[in-house]
Amino acid sequence: MSFISLLWVLLLGSLLGLELIGKVPPTLHTPLMSGANAISGITMLAALTLIVKAEGNVPLLIIGSVSLGFALFNVVGGFFVTDRMLAMFSRKPSNKK
Amino acid sequence: MNLPVIIKFVIDLIAVLLLALGIKGLSKVKSARDANRLAAFAMSLSVLGLLSYYLGTSGIAIQSWIWIIIGSIIGSLFGAILAKKVPMTSMPETVALFNGCGGMSSLLVALGVAIFPISSSIENFDFFKSIINEVSISVSIFVGAITFTGSIVAMAKLQGWLSTPGWTQSKGRHFVNIVFAVASLIAFFDLINGSTSSIWLLVIVSSLLGIGVTLPIGGADMPVVISLLNSYSGIAAAAAGFVVDSQLLIVAGAMVGAAGLILTQVMCKGMNRSLVSVLFGGSLSSQSTTSSGSGEYTNITSCSVEECALTLEAANKVIIVPGYGLAVAQAQHTLREVTKKLEQNGIEVVYAIHPVAGRMPGHMNVLLAEADVPYEQLKEMDVVNPDFPATDVVLVLGANDVVNPQAKNDSSSPLYGMPVLDVQEARTVFVIKRGMSAGYSGIKNDLFDLPNTSMVFGDAKKVLNDLIGELKDLGVGEK
Repeated sequence: MSFISLLWVLLLGSLLGLELIGKVPPTLHTPLMSGANAISGITMLAALTLIVKAEGNVPLLIIGSVSLGFALFNVVGGFFVTDRMLAMFSRKPSNKK
Repeated sequence: MNLPVIIKFVIDLIAVLLLALGIKGLSKVKSARDANRLAAFAMSLSVLGLLSYYLGTSGIAIQSWIWIIIGSIIGSLFGAILAKKVPMTSMPETVALFNGCGGMSSLLVALGVAIFPISSSIENFDFFKSIINEVSISVSIFVGAITFTGSIVAMAKLQGWLSTPGWTQSKGRHFVNIVFAVASLIAFFDLINGSTSSIWLLVIVSSLLGIGVTLPIGGADMPVVISLLNSYSGIAAAAAGFVVDSQLLIVAGAMVGAAGLILTQVMCKGMNRSLVSVLFGGSLSSQSTTSSGSGEYTNITSCSVEECALTLEAANKVIIVPGYGLAVAQAQHTLREVTKKLEQNGIEVVYAIHPVAGRMPGHMNVLLAEADVPYEQLKEMDVVNPDFPATDVVLVLGANDVVNPQAKNDSSSPLYGMPVLDVQEARTVFVIKRGMSAGYSGIKNDLFDLPNTSMVFGDAKKVLNDLIGELKDLGVGEK
């Protein structure tokens, strides 16, 4: 990928993000923030790349592994906690009365 | 193009599509839970895509597998445990912690690449490309470090582990932060010029900058900061995407970055604060104590729990205004007991939710949902405001600034212009509160002086418990 096309990707991704969140009820702001936060843990892919390309360089492997750990902490924790919050919303209407 | 490249391309495309659908779905109550799972699925898919690509091309060494597995298991395990254990009231801090770790991850990737250049950046080396590489590494480290230290400070402050030190409220802090910013800029250009050692300078000063910027901000503004830092962690991820040449990372990071900015804007609007004043204005309470809103209360009516119960019993329509004080007192379950009794007596009960009730948009909804309050009874501000004139009793629990009529009537008030709940329109207003202390803005609340407002002093949980007892004595909800 050339640098210019990566910049296009960046631009379009940002526009997509702006567009997606246009109208959100305040109710969902906290779960949304938490869900988006989990997605930002996508850096785990970069950490994976680092580990795969380390070619036996142990310090690099360790850095990559720690980085992967931090990213997955963010991703797994983020999605679980979002699900916990959302479960409370969706459960309610059914067991009313 | 060979097969693994095509497969990875297709998987990445699907993952981006699903992530976008996930964020979109998270903005509707009905689809939110499925959308969250969809996003989680998309993330796992993207990992499979990346692994299969390397398996199909260069292969993955056993040694790499070992480190992948170690990192994944430890990270996922801690994340899952924390997510299951943490109480709902600490949600803002938890999001901050997760967010900080995301920033740390981006920082480490960039650091790793900077110290040990990986093979991909060496093959087809050219000057232009190496500049881009250095820039993206620097941005990733800079933003990643700010995200990490900023989030940790935010978490510590929300948890009450860290107070706002006095010196951070002086003008001097701007000077200190400017020094940090300039130093990181110098390190940044040094790094581009090929001085690898300045990378540590960059790490240190950007970490300090994250602390220096977050520390002076008051607790009430912290959610805005967390939301902004959430946006930063997206930017850090996008920068890391440039470092390792991954379009998927860039798109996902940019989406989160942009979405986080919008959310930050929305939260600022709800609190009537501009982003600039949140970031550079310091703690609100320290500056506004001397400003217009302060003054003595002249006409406070205080009443007993018994009177409150009698009035409630005679009401047809009751609106509850919950605030962060309710959450702090962990009284949402007790509140639910009270409203159940009222409902059994045929009294209509509605909860009025201010957009920033509970310090974070939607946080109060989560807390009340946890206490089994039916979702349909939670009414947003714009929906519920016209109902107040037809309401018999309003119960204000641990909320203060969001029910201050000054925001509408007094153009000299710092709160002026902030959207508030028009509780004073109701026939009777009960404010349950520990004492006469001001809210987070540090401003006097004119509501307390109004003739139709009565104060019930005491801890929210205790008052509500007493209220249950009184209502029982009156025979409310005994049928």
